[in-house]
Amino acid sequence: MNTQLILEVKDLVTKFYTLEGVVHAVSGVSFDLEEGETLAIVGESGSGKSVTVMSILGLIQSPPGKVEGGQAYFAGKYGRRDLLKLTPAELRNVRGGQIGFVFQDPISSLNPILTVGEQISETLVKHLGMSGEEAQKKTIELLEQVGIPDPKMRYRNYPHQFSGGMRQRVMIAIAIACNPAIIIADEATTALDVTIQAQIVDLFQRLRNVIGLAVIWITHDLGVVAGLADRVLVMYGGRVAEIALVDDLYKRPQHPYTIGLLSAITRLDARRSNRLVSIEGTPPDMLIPITHCPFAPRCPYVFERCWQEIPSLIVVGKQHLTSCFYDLDKRRPRDG
Amino acid sequence: MAKNRAVQTNDSFLDIERTFLNRMFYASRFLWRDKSAIIGLLLFLTVVVAAIFSSQLSPYDPLEQNLWNNKIPPAWSVGGSWNHPLGTDSLGRDMLSRIIYGARVSLTIGFFGVLLAGGIGLLMGTIAGYYGGPVDAVIMGAVNLILSLPYLLFVVFIAAILGRSLLNVVLIFGITNAPIFARVTRGEVLRIRESGYIESAISSGARGGRIIFDHILPNMIGPFVTLATFEMSAMIFYEASLGFLGLSVPPTVPSWGNILASGRTYLTSAPWIATFPGLAIMFTSLGMNLLGDWLRDVLDPRLRRARK
Amino acid sequence: MVKNKVLLRIENLKKYFPISGGLLSRRVGAVRAVDGISFDIKKGETLGLVGESGCGKSTTGRAILQLYKPSSGNVFFENTDLTKISTEELRQFRPKMQMIFQDPYTSLNPRHSVGKIIAEPLVIQGLMSKQQRKDQVAQLLELVGMNPAFMHRYPHEFSSGQRQRIGIARAISLNPSFIVCDEPISSLDVSIQAQVINLLQDLQEQFSLTYLFIAHDLSMVKHISHRIAVMYLGKIVEFAGGNALFNNPLHPYTQSLISAVPVPDPQVERKRHRIILEGEVPSPTNPPKGCVFSTRCPLAIDTCFLAPPEYREVQPEHFVACHRVRAG
Repeated sequence: MNTQLILEVKDLVTKFYTLEGVVHAVSGVSFDLEEGETLAIVGESGSGKSVTVMSILGLIQSPPGKVEGGQAYFAGKYGRRDLLKLTPAELRNVRGGQIGFVFQDPISSLNPILTVGEQISETLVKHLGMSGEEAQKKTIELLEQVGIPDPKMRYRNYPHQFSGGMRQRVMIAIAIACNPAIIIADEATTALDVTIQAQIVDLFQRLRNVIGLAVIWITHDLGVVAGLADRVLVMYGGRVAEIALVDDLYKRPQHPYTIGLLSAITRLDARRSNRLVSIEGTPPDMLIPITHCPFAPRCPYVFERCWQEIPSLIVVGKQHLTSCFYDLDKRRPRDG
Repeated sequence: MAKNRAVQTNDSFLDIERTFLNRMFYASRFLWRDKSAIIGLLLFLTVVVAAIFSSQLSPYDPLEQNLWNNKIPPAWSVGGSWNHPLGTDSLGRDMLSRIIYGARVSLTIGFFGVLLAGGIGLLMGTIAGYYGGPVDAVIMGAVNLILSLPYLLFVVFIAAILGRSLLNVVLIFGITNAPIFARVTRGEVLRIRESGYIESAISSGARGGRIIFDHILPNMIGPFVTLATFEMSAMIFYEASLGFLGLSVPPTVPSWGNILASGRTYLTSAPWIATFPGLAIMFTSLGMNLLGDWLRDVLDPRLRRARK
Repeated sequence: MVKNKVLLRIENLKKYFPISGGLLSRRVGAVRAVDGISFDIKKGETLGLVGESGCGKSTTGRAILQLYKPSSGNVFFENTDLTKISTEELRQFRPKMQMIFQDPYTSLNPRHSVGKIIAEPLVIQGLMSKQQRKDQVAQLLELVGMNPAFMHRYPHEFSSGQRQRIGIARAISLNPSFIVCDEPISSLDVSIQAQVINLLQDLQEQFSLTYLFIAHDLSMVKHISHRIAVMYLGKIVEFAGGNALFNNPLHPYTQSLISAVPVPDPQVERKRHRIILEGEVPSPTNPPKGCVFSTRCPLAIDTCFLAPPEYREVQPEHFVACHRVRAG
């Protein structure tokens, strides 16, 4: 089935020029997103997962940040355009109008002095040119769609009158209001209780099935990813470590970092074992530019080549790429 | 046991014992980075040197009147000479000497005023913030009382009862500025009290005294010292306004405020009499404010090199 | 597991926080953070205390250590009721019961060197000389997997995982027998969490420590705990051994909690049946009459809204507070 690519990111590079030095936040990230698919970007703090997405959307504060290279082709309403080359005004148009996003902390993302209804209607008026009345009607529909009970009354409530989970639903309503092609959720459920998280994930799945949204889901939680994603992109040290279809990633991980992550997490359905297998060492210091594999200091399979070159992505299966010089199946360094 | 790779860094300073000297050495590296701080330091030091070595640096006795030589303009103007580089005032007293000696008064007032206000404010604020409840209410009530005193009335009152003297000015400033220290202190104490390390200290069995002196006060130093430098520069200003009203130190004592006040009548005929003390006040305040900014940044642990 | 003796026993522990309002700051209500819970912890075991935000688990930990004074109830530590002794006597107990805090950024005094932080409990107890303390600090740093030279450094120079290790070193410095771990890994990266959990388990083995492990991550709690208590709105709704709880959850809340936890396996996830709870957690200032879970429970019947259920042992070592669960 030939579905259209809605987002194509190539060789993205973003740096932050701080007092401490240059932080190499993203050093050459490439990935694609198909229409209607859910791509999860997984990584720990400092992996560059949030910065990647913020760079594409023009949300990097400059100074000190600077997107220094790459392209981000978005097949939106006005054809295929490189987001990194758009003017700030054009980007503002894309954000909210064609790409929606949901952040981790709804408290700081919502305007405390406007009612929730006003904030949603505002987006509709601005991006779709609706009249006030039309916007209000659509807003109430949206509130219902995201599962907020009694939407007519809740329209007039302020953000502080909602609980954390409800606020996140409001954020989702704002995000889907203008029928975007993509929704980007950055740690959208990290701050929520697990039962609320289940509700939100369930909502996302329903919306995805009903509206056919493409979703980029950024998280560090490999459990949520297993239930939500079609494909997974694992990031480490500002680079892509591995990309795979979700089943392949969990069954046949091809990067030592992915294996490390999967061994380090606990599973509810596992029998009580004595020890988690942890990854030794600490996440890399992003101030130092490196000319070797970023995972080398912590990798149990490291050998000389890992310290001499930076691995690039190679194909190891159907829609499965990894950036590692070591062949985990054959248990030896790769040729070529 | 999970091994932990040692943190890779070239800075060997991090692993030696941080004695006072070592810290000063490290801090001086900070100073060099911030050019405005150097300017601030220079200005400040100039004033300090002037205050300490007044007698050595002044060409004349600041009180020596010479009515034949009154209102001589500064050296670079028409009619001036390098005998009196900054000119003389209406009574023939050498301006440069008076300005130099004025530094003494200003610094004394600034330093001891802040010492008194800071001391009282720190005590009140810490007790109010730490113990809370009725103690807090009483102390903050006293603070509000002081704040609601009509300032000028209070000053006139003190001057009338106790006369004009350096001590009285310090007293007045100490009392009227204590509230701001008290409020800032109390706010900081309240904030710090909620920190995890306080809970940890309590669960290790620490008593109130240790918590206050070991944990709370050291973490307050930043805002407190910064406030102190700004207040010090403010007090130098206040002294000038008191001098203007004739309520500062006695007119025989050369203070920048008094000199400024005396120059008011001669603004058109001999403008330098008011200008030079004004400039002195301005540069001293500037220097202290710049230093205060630098101190605030240096003492803020978050702005030091931090790891994730 | 050998029947160990009981180290800690709490009986009907309650902690209410008064809310004042109105012009004269009168007491208008209370947050019932902990509303009558009882359990015991055996020496050498890890008791997991799990629940979502607002359930009162952190308050429970602090109330046990007397960091909050309990509103009522008893806390028996080694057979002494901590709620009934004087402050001075309590200070004698402090070395035996310590706490590891959640936030690695605020739990260490930024102005103290690491060495000073770890040595503080030793200084307070006043039993060692300066040199002895220094040696002890070096040993403790090694125990938690850190270079002893780090004692001269300051907290901000370390990552969050390393700061947690410093906090752990401090907690064990007085050789406690009981440690309350209040969400010790929630703020850490996944790969670091495993390191710290392994460290906690190693220390437990080495020093026969007893843990109260408070967390909201059910999978982690299951991994590390011997027995688990599930809390909801200030009450314990279910209490059982780790395997028993997960193989046979009896309380509807436990069941929905377990079903909500994602499993890192896409095939398992696809086949799962989630019990999605409706609604929100009620406010602890105004808990439901009757069973605290009644407002959201898919199995609630009339009785549930009228009377709170009894907390009883329905199977050996398996306690539940639910009207719908029959004994046996």
